[in-house]
Amino acid sequence: MSAIICKELCKTFHQGEQVITGLDHVSIEIKKGSFTCLSGPSGSGKTTLLNAMGGLDTPDSGEIWVGDTRLDTLARGALADMRLHNIGFVFQAYNLIPVLSARENVEFVMQVQGVAKGERRRRSDEVLAEVGLQGMEDRLPSQLSGGQQQRVAVARAIASKPKLVLADEPTANLDSKSAAELMALFESLNEQHGITFVIATHDVRVMGYARRLISMRDGLIISDEAQQSHSMVV
Amino acid sequence: MNASWLVVATLAWRNLWRNYRRTLIILATITLGVWSMIFMSALMRGMVDEIVRNGLETLPGEVQVHAPAYRRDPSVVNSMAMPDGDFLQALGESPVVAWAARVRVPAVISSERDSRGVVLLGVDPSAESALGSAPDNLVEGRFLLGVDDKGVVIGASLAKRLETSLGKRIVLMSQNPDNDVADRGARIVGIYKARLPGTEDIYVYAGRAATQKMLAMGEQISEVAVTADDYRAVQSWYPNILEAAGDELEVLPWTALDTFLSSMLAVQDGFALVFMVVVFLALSFGLVNTLVMAVFERVREIGLMLALGMKPALIIGQVLVESLYLLGLGLAAGNIIAYVSIRALENGIDISSVAQGMEMMSMSPVLYPALRFSDMLMSTAVVIVLGLAASLLPAWKASRLDPVKALTKT
Repeated sequence: MSAIICKELCKTFHQGEQVITGLDHVSIEIKKGSFTCLSGPSGSGKTTLLNAMGGLDTPDSGEIWVGDTRLDTLARGALADMRLHNIGFVFQAYNLIPVLSARENVEFVMQVQGVAKGERRRRSDEVLAEVGLQGMEDRLPSQLSGGQQQRVAVARAIASKPKLVLADEPTANLDSKSAAELMALFESLNEQHGITFVIATHDVRVMGYARRLISMRDGLIISDEAQQSHSMVV
Repeated sequence: MNASWLVVATLAWRNLWRNYRRTLIILATITLGVWSMIFMSALMRGMVDEIVRNGLETLPGEVQVHAPAYRRDPSVVNSMAMPDGDFLQALGESPVVAWAARVRVPAVISSERDSRGVVLLGVDPSAESALGSAPDNLVEGRFLLGVDDKGVVIGASLAKRLETSLGKRIVLMSQNPDNDVADRGARIVGIYKARLPGTEDIYVYAGRAATQKMLAMGEQISEVAVTADDYRAVQSWYPNILEAAGDELEVLPWTALDTFLSSMLAVQDGFALVFMVVVFLALSFGLVNTLVMAVFERVREIGLMLALGMKPALIIGQVLVESLYLLGLGLAAGNIIAYVSIRALENGIDISSVAQGMEMMSMSPVLYPALRFSDMLMSTAVVIVLGLAASLLPAWKASRLDPVKALTKT
């Protein structure tokens, strides 16, 4: 069963008169419940591919399917709806809403989904405990460390029980210990809940967790290998 | 409330206080704007009310009934009978609060030193008091005691011109129905000061029965003046009087008797609205600037919310709700301060030192601000409607952000 199918994706960016190739006829299939890393240097196209998979960016040509839904033809509102109900996002810079507490940040997506208050509270407490933030529910992001903030972001991404979590350089702003803890958390969520993870990273230590490693350069997939997951060296 | 709108409301409220200094400044601006809208409207209304009320109290009332030819020739010949039957019954029905039958003829008053042309008013003092047409500021002596009081009450200015004083005798002279001179001597029993000094020179009050006797007009009167509780509502009830008075009498509302006053009232409503819109346009720059800055500072967050699946409509809603909070708080504070300040000044603002000659506009030198619920409602509507309209542009811009670009904004 496929979680994501990309067919012949092309995407170019214009910087003045220069045309930069983001994706160059990229085709890829991500299986449900898989744990995949997109690797490559800056400008290789991994974030562009991740954004296309998440419906944040539309390709110039090609098709993207998430489950049974074709994303590249959806209107803005329908894309927002699809992201809301199917995809969890974890970004490099934590990206929490500063005026909301940890719990409220976690509940945010569920609240926009219209989940009832009691259910929201139960699930947010559950996932915050799962990511190790029990007792910190009422803290504002400014009262949490970088690692803790990223854990809140992860809790937010999984609280609404998405089928797919897309993470863009999730460990880039974390120290080694926090990064290892976060990756262990991802691995555990993948194994226990069967959530499909696609992580864009150029951190070789993160790549070690992937069971499938896709390397990109200049908008092209240059290698696509299955591998044995192993713990990150701290 | 829908859960997604609840989070919008929560975010809007908390975002408001992230930059509390800016919020307080724009709140102060809105408050000041709203206060000035209501306060200035109250002053304008007070001014126009003053002009209209003074005009009506001296002496037309809100509705006037008289013989058809009286307005053209206000002599004793064009008199009418005292109200009776249906007419009298209509004068006792709501919303009429008072009426007075009076003799009103041109006359000459003479002292031993001078003579002046005046309007002689033969009145029932209690009825005139109820109507609000009796002089309310007697500086010397007393007002008339009844319809058969033989004394006269004159204005302070007239007394000065005639070089006479309280207790002295004067002579009143007019014409009787046969066009012969009718005159009588009378003692000055009271001297009044009027809000409008000009009227002190014109009106001389005497008992109605004494005046009717002097003019040999029997029980006839010149006019009936009628008043209700709101001069603005006259069009709704004066037809009742018109019908009851019959075809042989002329019944006119004050708007027809004094077209200057009625047109002034109509212009005032339009002017109040224009003034409110102009004030709001000035403060809308501050409001839009605040919202644009708020959006600009939160581009990344808005991008995040869009990325997480918040619909653009909710982003627009968030900015509009934030604007609504600002407007609501500013309106509440502005209305409260306006209410308190107007109530504190309800005894009047003395502007005599800066507004000489105001009596020429039928205005007293004391300005009474008139607070009206409709003005508060109108300023609230202007601020909410135009405020939300002004907020639409930053809200729409926020909703159109590209989440990918917004998330990378530093």
